[in-house]
Amino acid sequence: MRTFYFWLCVLISGLISDPVWADRLLIINGNVLIGDDGPASELDILVDRGRIDAVAEDLKSVEADRVIDAKGRIVTPALFAGITAVGLSEIGMVYEAVDSRLNGLDTGRMHPEFDVRKAYNPLSTVVPVTRVEGYGYSLLTAAFGDRTIAGQGSLVRFDGGFDSFEGKTTFYINVDGYSGNKIGGSRAAHWMLLESVFDELSVDDADLTLISASGKAALKAARRDGLFVFRANRASDIHQALLFSRKHKLNPIISGGQEAWIIKENLASTGVPVVLNALDNLPGSFDGIGARLDNAALLHEAGVTVLFTSGETHNARKLRQVAGNAVANGLAYEAAVEAMTSLPAEVFGGKPRMIAPGLRADLVIWSGDPLDVNSAADQVIINGVPDSMQSRQTELLERYLPEEAGLGRAYINP
Amino acid sequence: MPVFLVFVITLFGCMTAHAQPEAFPSTYAAPPAHPTLFKNATILTGDGRRFDSTDLYIEEGRISWVGQGDTALDTVVVDATNRWITPGLIDVHSHLGVYPSPSVAAHSDGNEATAPVTAEVWAEHSVWPQDPGFTRALAGGVTALQILPGSANLFGGRGVTLKNVPSTSYQGMKFPGAPYGLKMACGENPKRVYGGRNQSPSTRMGNVAAYRSAWIRAQRYQADWDRYNQAVENAAEAAADDSSGASVASALLTNTPPRRNLELDTLAGALRGDILVHMHCYRADEMLTILDMAKEFGYRVGTFHHGVEAYKIADALADNGVCGALWADWWGFKIEAYDGIQENIALVDRPKGGCAVVHSDSDEGIQRLNQEATKAMLRGNRAGLSISPERAIRWITLNAAKSLGIEEQTGSLRTGKMADVVLWNQDPFSVYAKPLQVYIDGVLRYERGNSDLNPQSDFELGQLLGATQ
Repeated sequence: MRTFYFWLCVLISGLISDPVWADRLLIINGNVLIGDDGPASELDILVDRGRIDAVAEDLKSVEADRVIDAKGRIVTPALFAGITAVGLSEIGMVYEAVDSRLNGLDTGRMHPEFDVRKAYNPLSTVVPVTRVEGYGYSLLTAAFGDRTIAGQGSLVRFDGGFDSFEGKTTFYINVDGYSGNKIGGSRAAHWMLLESVFDELSVDDADLTLISASGKAALKAARRDGLFVFRANRASDIHQALLFSRKHKLNPIISGGQEAWIIKENLASTGVPVVLNALDNLPGSFDGIGARLDNAALLHEAGVTVLFTSGETHNARKLRQVAGNAVANGLAYEAAVEAMTSLPAEVFGGKPRMIAPGLRADLVIWSGDPLDVNSAADQVIINGVPDSMQSRQTELLERYLPEEAGLGRAYINP
Repeated sequence: MPVFLVFVITLFGCMTAHAQPEAFPSTYAAPPAHPTLFKNATILTGDGRRFDSTDLYIEEGRISWVGQGDTALDTVVVDATNRWITPGLIDVHSHLGVYPSPSVAAHSDGNEATAPVTAEVWAEHSVWPQDPGFTRALAGGVTALQILPGSANLFGGRGVTLKNVPSTSYQGMKFPGAPYGLKMACGENPKRVYGGRNQSPSTRMGNVAAYRSAWIRAQRYQADWDRYNQAVENAAEAAADDSSGASVASALLTNTPPRRNLELDTLAGALRGDILVHMHCYRADEMLTILDMAKEFGYRVGTFHHGVEAYKIADALADNGVCGALWADWWGFKIEAYDGIQENIALVDRPKGGCAVVHSDSDEGIQRLNQEATKAMLRGNRAGLSISPERAIRWITLNAAKSLGIEEQTGSLRTGKMADVVLWNQDPFSVYAKPLQVYIDGVLRYERGNSDLNPQSDFELGQLLGATQ
């Protein structure tokens, strides 16, 4: 049964005539934000076998298998969803369906080799729920379980692949007060343990006590070409993370960063990015006394690389709203667009995500301003293929939108 | 008849469940308000109307007129050209004060999770007025809010409706004349909390059995008081016409009123309709079970909160006059929230008589109720439901006021109502919208960018000294 909503979706999907793969896709009349910090411009985009072939003012004479008329709507690269457990957590409190953390494993060691990518499920309902809202990729998190080093993850692309990982291996290190209290009664216990762990990198495998041989190998490799995400909000904790990273030659990123504005010059001069939630403006704990709405704006002005995360997995789609609020509180609009599109790929070592020839065509056509809550993704394009725009939630809507249900809703199967 | 006996009868006649001296009364009194004229605004009245390029006048703390009318000589004039005006926003589901910032363990005062039925506790006794969340919500345009106990218990206790004004006591915030709420909870939370301790309830059927047992006790309690009050009345009548010795017997009977019970006071108040029932419930089937139970015991469910599956039973909610206080997009955090869709609010709003409310249950969401309403409006419109701003604003104003039983006092810009007003920099249905001014009872309580009108809690003073930019 086809509902009004279905036909509406068809209508707003533009002129897509054929819901299967096309070699050449042409998007005309886009108001294109290419994913850098520049303003939007009116451009056509030609996609050939999944890659952007040309971006120019007028490609309307080019032959294509399918043409989508964007009719002046904004086109962006598919967005970054933040640091999430999308594909790692089907339902938050159904613990056998949540795989983002290591805990209760009584080895007495840290396990930096714990890799959440082994648990990634691209067929999770959360993946299409997130994708249809305009999101193309995310950084998989190893959440805090009961160890200072939580484990590792990397970027993942929402193209449905089992192995759609890219970018640098990223380690998560908790150094905040909450986790410190759980670990050894003090955040200083984190630094004590971390110093000891890094001392063990030069110890024979047989003499290791805090990590296993594979954990040691993982950290040694990461020191060469991996990333270390330090979870810290308090200014002094961020400061310690910078000191520790310099001492051990790590490539650090700050996640949380509620008080990062206090040491923004230091962050700028060391080139350390901050991944923050621009909605944080309450002293939720004594780590975040300085949380403020213009944190992103202050950091960006000082030259710090700012990215966003919402702390949400199922509602990761809220990240556009987070970025929009950063803009509403002083961050330059183009900086927010860049932080939602190409910059996370750059920071985490993924493939470039801009609208430029030669790059993969993960794109979104928006109904309005992509950073505003009064707009939505009209059409997501992954690898040059228009997405079905279906998710478990759109199917529930199709079932419950009709006012009459005949024999019952169970008979309305989208 | 001896004067003494008349005195005794009169005294006990007053001491019914209804006529106790008011406990913890509101001490809120609005300071004097300047008469204020907003010129040339786009006005969403909160009751479904919109006026463009129109004036609004408030005087003596009340909405005076929208359109044209007289103004006082000392009127403050606010140029609202290109600005929008809405009623003050109302959040029907907040835990500010009971789960305040910072959320340290010793501040965790929202769930008396020691027994599944704790109707005797009152959320107001846990409210910490210094929660910085109140001031943040004010900057987001929230002028009134209900503070509820959490959902660990089947009956969590009483909720309280507050004016969002800074005060050293919650009494100084208490919304004068607002009815109390009774927080109840369905589903996973109570059965998890108590089942996890090998106590009842550990199942949904255990939940329902325990609600019903409590209602039976409350019915008995109410009947005891009704019988007692009737006896007092009879005795008074008999004494008045001095007909027989029956008056003495009746008077003696009135010497032993039923023993007051705090838990049953609250439950009986809900049965009588004096206390409004606010029920945390996610699943459609459970909400229908609860509606049947309400019929069994003759009470009304006022509002289902969270109702992630409310869209599945939108007609039943409208038919029963029950509001749905809902999120725009939060879902998936537990299995009873698995079927959440972003059109939930719009679909609950669709039937004739539907009462959709956007609630926060969050110290972040309460600051951005307009953004939450925007998302819900967008999803409704994309599903073809044609929802205008003047309709959607009801979800965070008049419908919320109805849910709290304060719709005669606030929630819309009708003449005579409290002058709870927000002046916005633009159309509030956008991420870029911000309140420029917030008035409560006609008093300017917040002004963007004006440090004299940006209240701060005691907690925030003297923090981060030396952390200059």
